Amino acid sequence: MSKFKEILLTPIFKDNPIALQILGICSALAVTSKLYPTLIMCVALTITVSLSNFFISLIRNIIPTNIRIIVQMTIISSLVILVDQFLKAYDYETSKTLSVFVGLIITNCIVMGRAEAFAMQNTPGVSFLDGLGNGLGYSLILIVVGAIRELLGSGQLLGIDILTTTQNGGWYVGNNFFLLAPSSFLIIGLFIWALRSWKTEQVEEKEFLMSKNAPKEVETHHA
Amino acid sequence: MLEHYISIFVSSIFIENLALSVFLGMCTFLAISKKIEAAIGLGIAVIVVLAITVPLNNIIYNFLLRDGALTWLGYPDVSLEFVGLISYIGVIAACVQILEMFLDKYVPKLYTALGIFLPLITVNCAILGASLFMVEKNLDFGESVVYGLGGGVGWALAIVLLAGIREKLKYSDIPDGLEGLGITFITVGLMTFGFMSFGGIIL
Repeated sequence: MSKFKEILLTPIFKDNPIALQILGICSALAVTSKLYPTLIMCVALTITVSLSNFFISLIRNIIPTNIRIIVQMTIISSLVILVDQFLKAYDYETSKTLSVFVGLIITNCIVMGRAEAFAMQNTPGVSFLDGLGNGLGYSLILIVVGAIRELLGSGQLLGIDILTTTQNGGWYVGNNFFLLAPSSFLIIGLFIWALRSWKTEQVEEKEFLMSKNAPKEVETHHA
Repeated sequence: MLEHYISIFVSSIFIENLALSVFLGMCTFLAISKKIEAAIGLGIAVIVVLAITVPLNNIIYNFLLRDGALTWLGYPDVSLEFVGLISYIGVIAACVQILEMFLDKYVPKLYTALGIFLPLITVNCAILGASLFMVEKNLDFGESVVYGLGGGVGWALAIVLLAGIREKLKYSDIPDGLEGLGITFITVGLMTFGFMSFGGIIL
């Protein structure tokens, strides 16, 4: 039982796909300006990665190794097409907001990466859990970023006023910076900083260390 | 006419830069930008692949997939748009494979230079993304050639710029938790902020 729990929980903090493995970043940046589309994107990705892990693991022993990438791609893109069509049928507005990013789940490296690194070696049940864990790890970061951006940018969460903005007769002046995409880079950067200060084993080695005898403040001379 | 193409070219490089304005291909963008040479290699590979696959997908979309595209076969009511995603990625994967074999046989020098980057490109979302944007913008064939080329050049420019900054950054004293990925994110954030200043330009 604890093994299953570990497989499910490791990708969330310890081995987070976005913060540590640098996977699946594109969509994390572009869809997070409001919380609602962010949630939809998280659900779509979590479903795709768990199911693709499950199905690829089911047929892992009969896929010839040299065409496995194409086979994986086909399974993943069929699942993404299902998700995309479902979204277009039941929530057309959100599918317009997400535009090409639902389709881009196909090339989201988390999905490919987990298929290649985990599902090809493990049984379907465990692979499904691994997919779910990675989907949740991705969702965690996206939801944090989405929530911060919507709250500080337009004073709302899921469209409900939390900090009433001056446009609606309140006191809060919306910070437009958080509605722009570059803010998500900064938020993820700071999130990584916080995560790595907590779990210090994730800190990367410096390429060049400061010399021990270096003065605290190095004076720079400009000619 | 030429003016129209130039405006698509310039706007796909600066105003709608695939990496810094619509955030595509970020995984490779962040992972392979430590060294300038590697960044240039990957950038060139992306330009080549984009310039081939976007026009190719344009042909497939216009003659096979879109509403009424099959009229020339006698099926005016059939729309195959729902298999779009799978066909585009198929075309991209096949193209990359063929390009790899072609380069291996005829331009071995370029092949060794691009070597590891070519297979990576299949899963670079900038490639699929450019095809999807091409469909969304409803470009014709000529426009799609220019758009593919411009998108590639823009992406390459962005990754080379970032690699240049990171080569300088490795000598600086960065707080432990920010080292590596963290500071890269913040750098890219500031770069995208800079690129946003192109946003207001109307060509």
